[in-house]
Amino acid sequence: MLYFLQQLINGLTLGAMYGLIAIGYSMVYGIIGMINFAHGDIYMIGAFVTVIAFTTLGIVGITWMPLALMVVLLCAMLFTAAYGWTVERIAYRPLRGSFRLAPLISAIGMSIFLQNYVQVAQGANVKPLAPIITGGIQLGSDGSFSVGISYVQIMVIVLTTVLMAAFSFLIAKTPLGRAQRACEQDLKMAGLCGVNVDRTISTTFVLGAALAAVAGLMASLYYGVVDFFIGFLAGVKAFTAAVLGGIGSIPGAMLGGLLLGLIESFWSGYFSIEYKDVAAFGILVVVLIFLPTGLLGKPEIEKV
Amino acid sequence: MLQLEDVHTRYGNIEALKGVSVEVRQGEIVTIIGSNGAGKSTLLMTICGSPQAAAGRILLNGEDITRTAPYDIVHLGISQAPEGRRIFARMSVLENLQMGSVPSGGRHFEEDVQKVFTLFPRLKERINQRGGTLSGGEQQMLCIGRALMARPRLLLLDEPSLGIAPILVRQIFNAIVEINKEQGLTILLVEQNAFQALKIAHRAYVLSTGRVVMEGAGRELLANPEVRAAYLEGGQKEVA
Ligand SMILES: Nc1ncnc2c1ncn2[C@@H]1O[C@H](COP(=O)(O)OP(=O)(O)OP(=O)(O)O)[C@@H](O)[C@H]1O
Ligand SMILES: [Mg+2]
Repeated sequence: MLYFLQQLINGLTLGAMYGLIAIGYSMVYGIIGMINFAHGDIYMIGAFVTVIAFTTLGIVGITWMPLALMVVLLCAMLFTAAYGWTVERIAYRPLRGSFRLAPLISAIGMSIFLQNYVQVAQGANVKPLAPIITGGIQLGSDGSFSVGISYVQIMVIVLTTVLMAAFSFLIAKTPLGRAQRACEQDLKMAGLCGVNVDRTISTTFVLGAALAAVAGLMASLYYGVVDFFIGFLAGVKAFTAAVLGGIGSIPGAMLGGLLLGLIESFWSGYFSIEYKDVAAFGILVVVLIFLPTGLLGKPEIEKV
Repeated sequence: MLQLEDVHTRYGNIEALKGVSVEVRQGEIVTIIGSNGAGKSTLLMTICGSPQAAAGRILLNGEDITRTAPYDIVHLGISQAPEGRRIFARMSVLENLQMGSVPSGGRHFEEDVQKVFTLFPRLKERINQRGGTLSGGEQQMLCIGRALMARPRLLLLDEPSLGIAPILVRQIFNAIVEINKEQGLTILLVEQNAFQALKIAHRAYVLSTGRVVMEGAGRELLANPEVRAAYLEGGQKEVA
């Protein structure tokens, strides 16, 4: 039971991070129908900004943790959002309206470029981050095994919950969110309604990147190391999560992320850590066989 | 108010409009009829800048809007109820109307929404229903209502009677005349239902394979034997 609880906590933490990244994939797919392969690298940039920002704050002497965390969070979101915006502007927008594979290839190029850029600018070595948030709460113990939740895990889960609530509100209730959904459902009609579609698409990239940045911040605090290649696997996993939840659906992305995190965590906890990715992808395949549009994907039943 | 001067529009290699000149004056209802594939919808879409004209000029109150982005054109006072209705299927009726009010920044939302509900009371009963689950006729009303929410100076309607029961068709045409008379709104109407559409039109154009082949007063075209033969056959009069 204790062991189960521990896997659950680990899985939720992992899943929250996957989910935050997955939203970016899902939103971009929803609005312009492309897989933004560079999104994982945007997350990696978020992690790097986090490490750099914490180090800088340490040098400047701001060490009061809540303040430092807030500053770093804002920095990471802003810088990373700027990257997301720029990528869309220079690599995707000029290709809009050309053949379908063009932006996809451009995205792969962008992904490679961002990795190399960070590798050159920051070095190829793993960059460690001195533990910022340490300690945790012990939840129980039976002598040989003790279960606990670290403060970092609490931060990940709380921050994700708050962000998701704010984000859902933004999409469901504000004019910006309505415009976003309109573009997602019918880009041309949204334009005919007077929505500036180019700006809405930019906003989508900015929001997705900002959420990925938060995941990057969490990962660098959780694992304590970053390198230029972390975006690849995280990106593939988050993309899987988006497909599992139903690509195009924002709640689906979050759900897919959580499930993927839980599957990985329980599989590694009870079976073997080597095959956790196989298990995750295996379940994805099974879900897609029975639900081709993913768990919360939209089967097109409406008459339009 | 609106002038199209020798407008050409192409989709890749297909030239859908081959030099169309059309004028719409303040306060008029202008109807465009033509058979399938004549380029009627293309004409309305070109006015809205999506796709943009390959050649020629489009002037709105003397201002050249040929190269203006679609969303800016809406802000200049042209709104469209397009072919296929294009209701936002996963949004409620209310949200669809809110999307219509984007150009006016939602400032007169309550007032405008009441006007739409007076015109189409059915929409009020369905206010929270998802657009995609409305019946075809209800979607058409929503489509026109959404276009009206933009507070346009010029309203473009693409086949508002398509696939709709005769009684509703009459209701929709009545609504068009009413908006035109009472609010003085200028209307450019595309129709297959030529009899009704010509009857309410001040002026009309006949479009055939991307060219204007005839123009004149609505009644005039209605009486024209060629028009009758080509577009008013098959008991369409009885439908009215
Ligand atoms: N997106 C497109 N791509 C390529 N060709 C198109 C496109 N849209 C329209 N066309 C072509 O342009 C021509 C004019 O089409 P349009 O839709 O304007 O006709 P229409 O007069 O509205 O016909 P209908 O009465 O059937 O609605 C047609 O030959 C059509 O096949
Ligand atoms: Mg048409």
